[in-house]
Amino acid sequence: MAKAGDKSSSSGKKSLKRKAAAEELQEAAGAGDGATENGVQPPKAAAFPPGFSISEIKNKQRRHLMFTRWKQQQRKLAAKKKLKKEREALGDKAPPKPVPKTIDNQRVYDETTVDPNDEEVAYDEATDEFASYFNKQTSPKILITTSDRPHGRTVRLCEQLSTVIPNSHVYYRRGLALKKIIPQCIARDFTDLIVINEDRKTPNGLILSHLPNGPTAHFKMSSVRLRKEIKRRGKDPTEHIPEIILNNFTTRLGHSIGRMFASLFPHNPQFIGRQVATFHNQRDYIFFRFHRYIFRSEKKVGIQELGPRFTLKLRSLQKGTFDSKYGEYEWVHKPREMDTSRRKFHL
Amino acid sequence: MAAAAARWNHVWVGTETGILKGVNLQRKQAANFTAGGQPRREEAVSALCWGTGGETQMLVGCADRTVKHFSTEDGIFQGQRHCPGGEGMFRGLAQADGTLITCVDSGILRVWHDKDKDTSSDPVRLPCPDGWGRWAGLLELRVGPGVCRMRQDPAHPHVVATGGKENALKIWDLQGSEEPVFRAKNVRNDWLDLRVPIWDQDIQFLPGSQKLVTCTGYHQVRVYDPASPQRRPVLETTYGEYPLTAMTLTPGGNSVIVGNTHGQLAEIDLRQGRLLGCLKGLAGSVRGLQCHPSKPLLASCGLDRVLRIHRIQNPRGLEHKVYLKSQLNCLLLSGRDNWEDEPQEPQEPNKVPLEDTETDELWASLEAAAKRKLSGLEQPQGALQTRRRKKKRPGSTSP
Repeated sequence: MAKAGDKSSSSGKKSLKRKAAAEELQEAAGAGDGATENGVQPPKAAAFPPGFSISEIKNKQRRHLMFTRWKQQQRKLAAKKKLKKEREALGDKAPPKPVPKTIDNQRVYDETTVDPNDEEVAYDEATDEFASYFNKQTSPKILITTSDRPHGRTVRLCEQLSTVIPNSHVYYRRGLALKKIIPQCIARDFTDLIVINEDRKTPNGLILSHLPNGPTAHFKMSSVRLRKEIKRRGKDPTEHIPEIILNNFTTRLGHSIGRMFASLFPHNPQFIGRQVATFHNQRDYIFFRFHRYIFRSEKKVGIQELGPRFTLKLRSLQKGTFDSKYGEYEWVHKPREMDTSRRKFHL
Repeated sequence: MAAAAARWNHVWVGTETGILKGVNLQRKQAANFTAGGQPRREEAVSALCWGTGGETQMLVGCADRTVKHFSTEDGIFQGQRHCPGGEGMFRGLAQADGTLITCVDSGILRVWHDKDKDTSSDPVRLPCPDGWGRWAGLLELRVGPGVCRMRQDPAHPHVVATGGKENALKIWDLQGSEEPVFRAKNVRNDWLDLRVPIWDQDIQFLPGSQKLVTCTGYHQVRVYDPASPQRRPVLETTYGEYPLTAMTLTPGGNSVIVGNTHGQLAEIDLRQGRLLGCLKGLAGSVRGLQCHPSKPLLASCGLDRVLRIHRIQNPRGLEHKVYLKSQLNCLLLSGRDNWEDEPQEPQEPNKVPLEDTETDELWASLEAAAKRKLSGLEQPQGALQTRRRKKKRPGSTSP
């Protein structure tokens, strides 16, 4: 009972605070500027109306509350002022402003981060399964399909993806086994296979398999927004081949995944059409966006978001084409071992 | 410098890009060794084994069907020989009495005379240890297609075991007849009365007896005993849901450690068939596993490009982790005992330039002075030594 009482009183205090703040704001809105007890008016705090002072509140609890809040604000202001004075006094010798810590800049240094001058990694990449794409010997041909019996959202996502990715074909998965589809795709010169997995009428997974004998990546897909759900979007994408932006794939694993994404699109540095597909990696989540851009001047760009958007998170990278049971895995996400630190990322 | 320090490397790892890496865990350094100076994917290392003379020589089996001799003392490739016949990569490499035993994927097991390193590539008969001086023995065996592993018995160098996918375990005596000494039988049909498929991925001979352990691609661990009348496995356990790819015996001899394609390592007791514990850390498929013969250390390498050394007991955990930039295929752990007490290289004073000796004298004089001033403090000496060590060690694992 006592506990409940305390809780209610504390929540009461909070609600009192909120009510008090609301009152002050209303009164401030009503009244004009006036000399009040608060000497220096912080712009964010509520403006007190003229003639009002905390000492005039009759309710002792509320008065105490208001006073402590006011006191805290004053202390904060004083500290800020002091700091500012010290910085001005030092002038040029003032130490640089401390950068706020974020999880991204506190990231644990990953030893697998690729050094651009590293010859061994360069050789490894030059001779891996994507070498034929990057040497312009093969051009991509993608097959997009879904898990069996897809619902509307997934079907529409597949259609929109096929407009985003050039030279891609959507086929209905008639309950066929992937291991039987893959040899047929290879026979028909497909280079990649995308399977969008669906659960409870929403797409939630993506399997990307590079075809002749290349790696298979399995992603978790979330935050899928179809074209009509995107606000302030541009008109439908045209047939032009988009540019690709791969952001922040720094580690060796990130490089492999980045190359996988890059090999979906034709390798042509002469861009025609102002469409761009972005795969942005942040904290192991890969954000896919599709935009149309226009340079209004040297430095100003206008962008319109077109196509679908979704977020991917890598679950596993398997060497060889799709074989989840007997295939060898290059990297498997193990939550209890790999997610112990909030500052460690793998891509 | 790298060549001279090669003898102190604790682990030798073969990669998919054809580079042989020697890792020194004491100094946390990894050095690359290639036969031709440049890595070549055609020379991907698929098998490693120690050569003659203890751990001074190593045999490296590459994907282009050449076996290279590597000297760990000098850190250079000394020669190579081409071993044609059959198709596929080397699945087993062994050395016996001056001969080389190779086994490839398609099931051709050949014994090569080691002396003819450079000249002929014809397989030769093993000398038969009988007084007549006849050349009896085996030159080539067809083991059956789909071989995944060929392992030599450390106690009897002329006995090898082979096994693979739909290729049951067979033990061959290279000095005996052309038929296998022991041919394992498949287990009984399972509860649906279906034939249980065979996929022996790795084989180990248990010391002190005739038994063998195999781990399969259908996540089973089986113990066979050729001495017993039954040809079926004496013990069978399962671990996990993924194919087991590598296996090694622990120093105690009672358990094995297996690794699967998901990077899970488990220690399984062979007396009861029980799981003793697991080891964490690997993210990719385990390709190579080896335990130290006396210390409780396990080296593991895999497709996630990292070499890990785990401690198996008291307490179980990760000791060292080394990022090697290519996918690792196989490894060899040095079985020597003086791991920790690595002697300071005698070549150091020769290589240290004159300036360093002067500064060393300076430090020595300072040290003496410090000793006079502050009696009984050992700190200056310790600091001096750590400073010296910091100078020599680059610290990182870059080759």
